[in-house]
Amino acid sequence: MNNTLSERKYIIIGVFVLVGLAFIARLFYIQVIDDSYKLDARNQAFRYTTEFPVRGYIYDRKNKLLVYNEAAYDLMVTPKEVKELDTADFCKLLDITKDDFLKKMKKAVQAPNSPRKPSIFEKQLSPQDYAALQERLYRFHGFFVQSRTLRKYPMKIAANMLGYIGEADKDMTERDPYYNEGDYLGISGVEKTYEKVLRGKKGMHILMVDVNNSPKGSYMNGLYDTIAQPGKSLQSTLDADLQLYGEQLMQNKVGSIVAIEPQTGEVLALVTSPSYDPNLLVGRARNKNFSKLYLDTIRVPLFNRATMASYPPGSTFKLVESLIGQQEGVLTPETKYPCSAGYAPLGGHPKCEVHPSPLALYDAIGYSCNSYFSYVFKSIIENKKYHDTYKAFEAWRNIALSFNIGRKTNSDLANELRGNIPSIKYYDKVFGKGAWKASTVISLGIGQAEMGITPLQNANVATIIANKGWYYTPHIVKAINDNPNDTTLNRFKVKHNTAITDPTIYDNVIEGMSHVTESGTAHLLKIEGVEYCAKTGTAENPHGRDHSVFVAFAPKNNPKIAIAVLVENAGWGASWAGPIATLMMEKYLNGKVVRKDLEKTMMDANLIDQPKWEPKKKKK
Amino acid sequence: MERKVSSNIFSDVDWVTVLLYLLLITMGWLNIYSAVYNEDHHVITDMSQKYGKQLLWIGTSLLIALIILIIDEKFYTAFAYLIYGVFLLACIAVPFLGREVKGSRSWFRFGDFGIQPAEFMKFAANLAIAKFLSNQFIKISDYRNTIITLLIIGVPLIVIKVLQDETGLAIVFVTFIFTLYREGLSVNYLLLGFTAIVLFVLALMVNNIYLFVIIGSLCVVATLFIKRNRKNLFVVAVVGLIACSMVKGTSTVYEHMEEHQKVRIDVLLGRGTVNLKKEGYNVNQAKIAIGSGGFAGKGYLNGTQTKYDFVPEQDTDFIFCTVGEEWGFLGSSLVIILELVLIIKVIFMAERQRSAFSRIYGYGVASVLFFHLTINVGMTIGLAPVIGIPLPFFSYGGSSLWSFTILLFIFIKLDSHRLSILR
Repeated sequence: MNNTLSERKYIIIGVFVLVGLAFIARLFYIQVIDDSYKLDARNQAFRYTTEFPVRGYIYDRKNKLLVYNEAAYDLMVTPKEVKELDTADFCKLLDITKDDFLKKMKKAVQAPNSPRKPSIFEKQLSPQDYAALQERLYRFHGFFVQSRTLRKYPMKIAANMLGYIGEADKDMTERDPYYNEGDYLGISGVEKTYEKVLRGKKGMHILMVDVNNSPKGSYMNGLYDTIAQPGKSLQSTLDADLQLYGEQLMQNKVGSIVAIEPQTGEVLALVTSPSYDPNLLVGRARNKNFSKLYLDTIRVPLFNRATMASYPPGSTFKLVESLIGQQEGVLTPETKYPCSAGYAPLGGHPKCEVHPSPLALYDAIGYSCNSYFSYVFKSIIENKKYHDTYKAFEAWRNIALSFNIGRKTNSDLANELRGNIPSIKYYDKVFGKGAWKASTVISLGIGQAEMGITPLQNANVATIIANKGWYYTPHIVKAINDNPNDTTLNRFKVKHNTAITDPTIYDNVIEGMSHVTESGTAHLLKIEGVEYCAKTGTAENPHGRDHSVFVAFAPKNNPKIAIAVLVENAGWGASWAGPIATLMMEKYLNGKVVRKDLEKTMMDANLIDQPKWEPKKKKK
Repeated sequence: MERKVSSNIFSDVDWVTVLLYLLLITMGWLNIYSAVYNEDHHVITDMSQKYGKQLLWIGTSLLIALIILIIDEKFYTAFAYLIYGVFLLACIAVPFLGREVKGSRSWFRFGDFGIQPAEFMKFAANLAIAKFLSNQFIKISDYRNTIITLLIIGVPLIVIKVLQDETGLAIVFVTFIFTLYREGLSVNYLLLGFTAIVLFVLALMVNNIYLFVIIGSLCVVATLFIKRNRKNLFVVAVVGLIACSMVKGTSTVYEHMEEHQKVRIDVLLGRGTVNLKKEGYNVNQAKIAIGSGGFAGKGYLNGTQTKYDFVPEQDTDFIFCTVGEEWGFLGSSLVIILELVLIIKVIFMAERQRSAFSRIYGYGVASVLFFHLTINVGMTIGLAPVIGIPLPFFSYGGSSLWSFTILLFIFIKLDSHRLSILR
């Protein structure tokens, strides 16, 4: 009996071992196979805090500070961890209502947020509010504060050029996983084009918390933490004083100024008007201010006209026209054409002003003779050497394109418009194949018709003429972290040649531009001690009065500044754009302006609130 | 009467068992240190902290072990009933004389320290069972003796459950069924118990109508394979009826359970919606802690779930979570294996006894240890309901450590005299 009973030990041991094996199998499953527990553990015991890097500062060409940062604090919430919250006390501290509180909590729970994930409860607390909150934060489980930096603009200039910061949305996070929803990033302007340079690199800290959500030090002594790398600073090519001066001149006017240093392609000033105080698009009032600016469809302050508005070039295109004519061998400085207050072959259209006739190239540029350049355009298109209008037109167009008209300059200014030089295909569609000729599209010769050019492109044309045939891509940044040779900037060190490289061709046009300032349309605008070259323009447009346009460079020899000014619906080029352009050049070259009366007239003039149309319309 | 003359009391002690014991309590102590690790009190002997106190319990346990080895082995046989009686009285008295601690009425308090007599009831009952069943004229197959044995086990169970309301401490006594089985209890009792558990679980999980149909068809199938005489048919019918009444009775039993017990069963079986913040919290946190340990664990003192209090009772009933989190699958398997090795070693030692008393006592030791291991580890990995009983040699606590030490060392002492004549 005892012996058989003794056999029972195997059954007992068998049961014990089976239970042990079942446990080990179960452990293997939950510890090795099933990963969900590891995730749960991390979620509840780790708090991932992002260390946002300091965004790079932006300086002007003389190292004047344009953009810096100021600390702000986001109050974050992890809804799942909120417990035993004294809501009334909490709301009072934050100065919000109970309804606000519930709304914010709801938002924090719903997608794309989640109860387990920290999200922003209250944005951008001021340092004062933060100080008050911080003392009592320990009582509010599930809440913590994350510091962020906000942009500040001490000079309040160049808003559209610098651009603004916004939050990454879902779309953005899908396109670039670097961003989490709510992260700040550059949306426009330099902030956008140099986002990767300015943003630096986010850091991540893993903090351990206990069941009461109180911090218990960093995980593995920070082994898995990454330190935020501050963004790099930018040195802009902008001359802050000149920019400010330009903005003052353009106040209460619609239009833009672009000034470029010809030898380098560096943009010295990029004014668009109306503009806004860049500080408006920062901080808690950002959204309110943004919609206000965004909805201002009259002044459109968020629109960067310098790069985004395409205008008919008007008479300023006659410069390019003169260059092409010479290049194509149909024009010399001695070539003369008549003018009878208009282009006679087409019954006096395009019209012209009264001036000596017939006249040669320099005077034609000086007086901006429409008739003359209609003849020139006709001679280019009907050039014998091609025996074919289409081929001649294509040659004309290609040369114009090489001046970066109708083509993006590929500058580092975000959002640039291409402009337009109509193509053969376009005219075939409009008029029918072979059904058009030089006289059909004669107004191209004076920069009208479908032609479009941005102020930036126009300034670049002035640069090309100043340089006699070449240019560097216009750019707004000259050094990154004080390093002018940063590879990001390499593309601005490539010299571009136009299709016209013979300097004498340019000399002839420069001579003509000199005539403009001495005896021509701009003879009343003098800069003390500076001989400069210019071309006025009065661009017809379907939106109202003519645009006042002016392109120039100075000094005539060894130019230091090339400039294009456009004032919308202001009439004659010499009456608004001209004075503003010369004042800008005077300011830049002489360091001070002696024509105080003119300066005052320009600054005080309000062209925004006057009607766009004039009862009696003059054309030129 | 010839006796082997021992040169000293330690000569026949099974040192492997003692070493296993020492290994387990050391591991336990280190894990308690990690579970309640406090940087402000990082000295492991700091008496203000639990790991310091546990060191005190370990020291005293070793002293007790020594005393047990010194006392003559005849003491335990001679005074088995007396010891049983004394501790049973203590268990009865404690609700009336002891001070209530955290709603528990199972403690005698002496200043900072407390003693739970119910913990010591285990070895006392084990002694009494051994004493009773080792009587050569007693056959357990005699139903009267079965009843007496069940009384020896059942009285303390009921006293502790009813008077002290300590389910965990009470339910342990069920484990002596293994001892009784080894001593000749019909296997039917074990099967009955097992079937009862299975049917209880099934009755809660599956529509009872299906169970009745299944039981009925099993009975019909059974009649096809057995000799269809009157007796067999009667047995089948009775078994079927008992099974059906068990199913039927389940809901009644369940309804009469206390709310927290119902909830624990629901959590284990995943019935209804388990709120992981409330009733499901402990088990879920335990699983998270263990599960997050992975294959090799997070490393000693690097656990976050236990150290930072996500797991409740992480130093006592849920100490296994610390093992799982910091030592991973390797460490937790090792602990289970070590505990099982000790238990199976005890069974083999029991089987080598000439004395029935020693053998029966040895089986009791193995059964008690196994029950604690099963329930304690089982509840942390979601295989057993949450019942608050300690992991042998690991969990923090003086009473439990003393109790396990006494339980084990009495057997080691008995074993060291296995070559003496039959008692």
